[in-house]
Amino acid sequence: MRYLPLDAADRRHMLGVIGAKGVDDLFADVPAPARLSAPVDLPRHAGEIEVERELSALAARNRPAGAGPFFCGAGAYRHQVPATVDHIIQRSEFLTSYTPYQPEIAQGTLQVLFEFQTQVAALTGMEVANASLYDGSTACAEAVMMARRVTRRRKAVLSGGLHPQYAAVTGTIATAEGMEIARRPAAVDAEADVLAAIDSETACVVVQTPNVFGTVTDVTAIAEAAHAAGALLVVVTTEAVSLGLLKSPGEMGADIAVAEGQSLGVGLNFGGPYVGLFACREKFVRQMPGRLCGETVDAEGRRGFVLTLSTREQHIRREKATSNICTNSGLCALAFSIHMTLLGGTGLRRLAEVNHGRARTLAGALAGVPGLHVLTPRFFNEVAVRVPGSAAALVEDLAGEGILAGVPVSRLDPSAGMDDVLLLAATETTTTGDIDALVAALSRRIR
Amino acid sequence: MSLNSVGRPTRPVSDVPGQGFASLTGGRGLLQDEALIFDRNSWDGTGVDLPAPESGADDLAGLVRVEPLRLPGLSEPETVRHYVRLSQKNHAIDLALYPLGSCTMKHNPRLNEKLARLPGFADLHPLAPVSAVQGALDLMDRLAHWLKTLTGMPAVALSPKAGAHGELCGLLAIRAAHAAAGQTRRRLVLTPTSAHGTNPATAAFVGYEVVEIGQTADGRVDLADLAAKLSDEVAAIMVTNPNTCGLFERDILEISRLTHAAGAYFYCDGANFNAIVGRVRPGDLGVDAMHINLHKTFSTPHGGGGPGSGPVVLSEALAPFAPTPWVVHGAEGFRLVEETEAEASQAFGRMTAFHGQMGMYVRAYAYMLSHGADGLRQAAEDAVLNANYIKARLSGVMSAAFPDGPCMHEALFDDHWLEGTGITTLDFAKAMIDEGFHPMTMYFPLVVHGAMLIEPTESESLAELDRFCDALLALAGAALAGDAERFTSAPHLAPLRRLDETLAARKPRLTWRPQEPGVAPAPLAAE
Repeated sequence: MRYLPLDAADRRHMLGVIGAKGVDDLFADVPAPARLSAPVDLPRHAGEIEVERELSALAARNRPAGAGPFFCGAGAYRHQVPATVDHIIQRSEFLTSYTPYQPEIAQGTLQVLFEFQTQVAALTGMEVANASLYDGSTACAEAVMMARRVTRRRKAVLSGGLHPQYAAVTGTIATAEGMEIARRPAAVDAEADVLAAIDSETACVVVQTPNVFGTVTDVTAIAEAAHAAGALLVVVTTEAVSLGLLKSPGEMGADIAVAEGQSLGVGLNFGGPYVGLFACREKFVRQMPGRLCGETVDAEGRRGFVLTLSTREQHIRREKATSNICTNSGLCALAFSIHMTLLGGTGLRRLAEVNHGRARTLAGALAGVPGLHVLTPRFFNEVAVRVPGSAAALVEDLAGEGILAGVPVSRLDPSAGMDDVLLLAATETTTTGDIDALVAALSRRIR
Repeated sequence: MSLNSVGRPTRPVSDVPGQGFASLTGGRGLLQDEALIFDRNSWDGTGVDLPAPESGADDLAGLVRVEPLRLPGLSEPETVRHYVRLSQKNHAIDLALYPLGSCTMKHNPRLNEKLARLPGFADLHPLAPVSAVQGALDLMDRLAHWLKTLTGMPAVALSPKAGAHGELCGLLAIRAAHAAAGQTRRRLVLTPTSAHGTNPATAAFVGYEVVEIGQTADGRVDLADLAAKLSDEVAAIMVTNPNTCGLFERDILEISRLTHAAGAYFYCDGANFNAIVGRVRPGDLGVDAMHINLHKTFSTPHGGGGPGSGPVVLSEALAPFAPTPWVVHGAEGFRLVEETEAEASQAFGRMTAFHGQMGMYVRAYAYMLSHGADGLRQAAEDAVLNANYIKARLSGVMSAAFPDGPCMHEALFDDHWLEGTGITTLDFAKAMIDEGFHPMTMYFPLVVHGAMLIEPTESESLAELDRFCDALLALAGAALAGDAERFTSAPHLAPLRRLDETLAARKPRLTWRPQEPGVAPAPLAAE
């Protein structure tokens, strides 16, 4: 077996040093009824050729985004990731290292995390950011739990524009801990609808911009209302590229900003791994979840970086920790950070403008198809469109023609009563030819 | 002196410069210093060529950033160099043995990286129509089959994103099962003192009160203490097996029997499943839920701290409460069961957006196929053999915490052998860095004084194990001979000397902050 260096002679020698007759001696503590005498009923080992053949055959039964016109978004976006990113993250020293517990021989990872935290803080307009969480949805749930710790209140108000799966994850975790979740009805453009639900028990208000229907909202007034009630404002962003163009959560008064960072550096990966961005006001830093990297000096006074404020964390505080998180999404944070370093603020702004421009072209083309209605009043790179009949059926039909026409709302939230609403995104990878093909196919289907 | 054909000496003309040599610029040969990206004046640069936007953002009036986004952009060559220089300051499993106990730093096959990057997996949208993702769902189904077969468990929730997330998933399933049975009094979770910190943190996170179970002198769960603490208020026990002392819980069958007799569930922390995969099925031990760290047992790369993946296998009793989504195979191929469907009526909820860590599923599945049932069993045996070999070789000098009987995949030492030397476990660990090895896990588990937990994994050759043991024995010899300075001031040969972690925590500086123009950044200084 190519991954196992020991041979039979090595094993015999080692058993001799140990003083064991056979390897079974080493498993003597396993109760006899639980010992397997032979391998389980699964195939035997296989060479690279066989493994690659099986996996390639599976991959071939999927339709990748790059195979044709593609308009899916709804929390996962296709962007051009520079080849440099994937090259660097495959370097052994980044790929095959652990969480940087020994900072003297992990300065590479630690400096990356410090730069990543600074980039995320700047993007979100916040003072501090952590070293990443699993993804945007779990970051959203962590933000709500953190708001509870900060305010010692038990209610979270979620806007109807929050990604339904983010709401589901948050609800699952927060209600287990005894919180009350007040989720407002799904609506394309009604972030302000949360205002009516804010009361003196409210720990936080969670709004998303651009929301799951693509609508961009200035949430400054919601921040003011939340603060007036003693609650925190959590702003969620599922398309990190939008932060290059739109007002940042910090500018609008957010106390905690969470985002899905997948758009930069990470790729689609069928939903994971992704990278959760988590940033907040400095005064809340000791209530933050997850790893934090901080600057310090070494014994000779040189600048260096370490994991810090670990008294918040499970391995020190155990049941009193701010979160149970141990592993985060380090390599995806690295990918995000490399892509961000390549873009710079200037490049990200340009990228965001290109995305917005493509989406305007898409929206204009869709508006020209009789029977379609663009519902999103102000969008970044994604729009909700009302179609005649079932959006899910339409998407399956178009997939048969090789066009991935977007995400039906019913796929995310069947109870929203929006079975005829389709979400379509455009990015810098969307060509005019893609849009023409989509419009032609839609025009044929919708009469 | 002999010369080659271009007139150069074939040997160095003098010895390698010894200590005290200083370069003129502060450079250190191949090891390059590298500033932060913020320390250079690249605020307007970019390393990506993009087309001009086709229209402005005038329709977003009032919604656009007022302040420009101040983030540096570097050209592509500068970017590559920045990260390559940084990379060279990291230890890695590809470089040398990485014996972090409980972390399982084993070889990461590059075939798995290649396959995870096939466009059919890497460029696949999670919400593409189900007809367009049949291969991905099939792979998830095959992975699930392997995990269920290897663990002897009837169900698996694939979506948790890491081990701790899997623990959360398992406890939420247990909570839901108790709620469905009207068992609302159950508010306690029992866990041994030696448990990973994630266990009590997870239990508390979902609102349970944590009660510690004592440990016997031979490093196992104290059955009498467990029996005394079990009651109709206990929701679950959380036990790691093999445990964090690297020992198999001999009384595991009695532990699960007592737990079930009290109406509680047995959550097994599966972080150490790599020690027993192919030789023991947790389902045969009475486990109700166990997470499997794909980044440990099935070798998906640790990536400097993730991403991981933590599928949770579930017993018959807990399976109905598994979170959505999951894959089923029907007449029309594979599909995902989501929360709103009747067959998910008892599902406790959702752990994450989309379907979990597909990129890790591909790698783990490729790893399983490569090893096969026979290779996985051999890997577990080699991991255990390697740990016992290290224990045998070092025990003459260092004090094994539990000297009697075999260990499993990791060898645990305490610091009794360092008494009187003035050297701590931390000092010893830092000195290992100078010898070219990553330190072992220090001060964990908490039940052993000055713990040193060594996990070699099956990836090490006999030669590398001997190199490691020889280095530790040499260090131990120096420690016992009174060469304390070597340890207390270590590391000497790392990119940086020992870092001031206290200062970092007392004066947190978590982001780079711009300085006033013309003013040099104020260095953090130890007080």
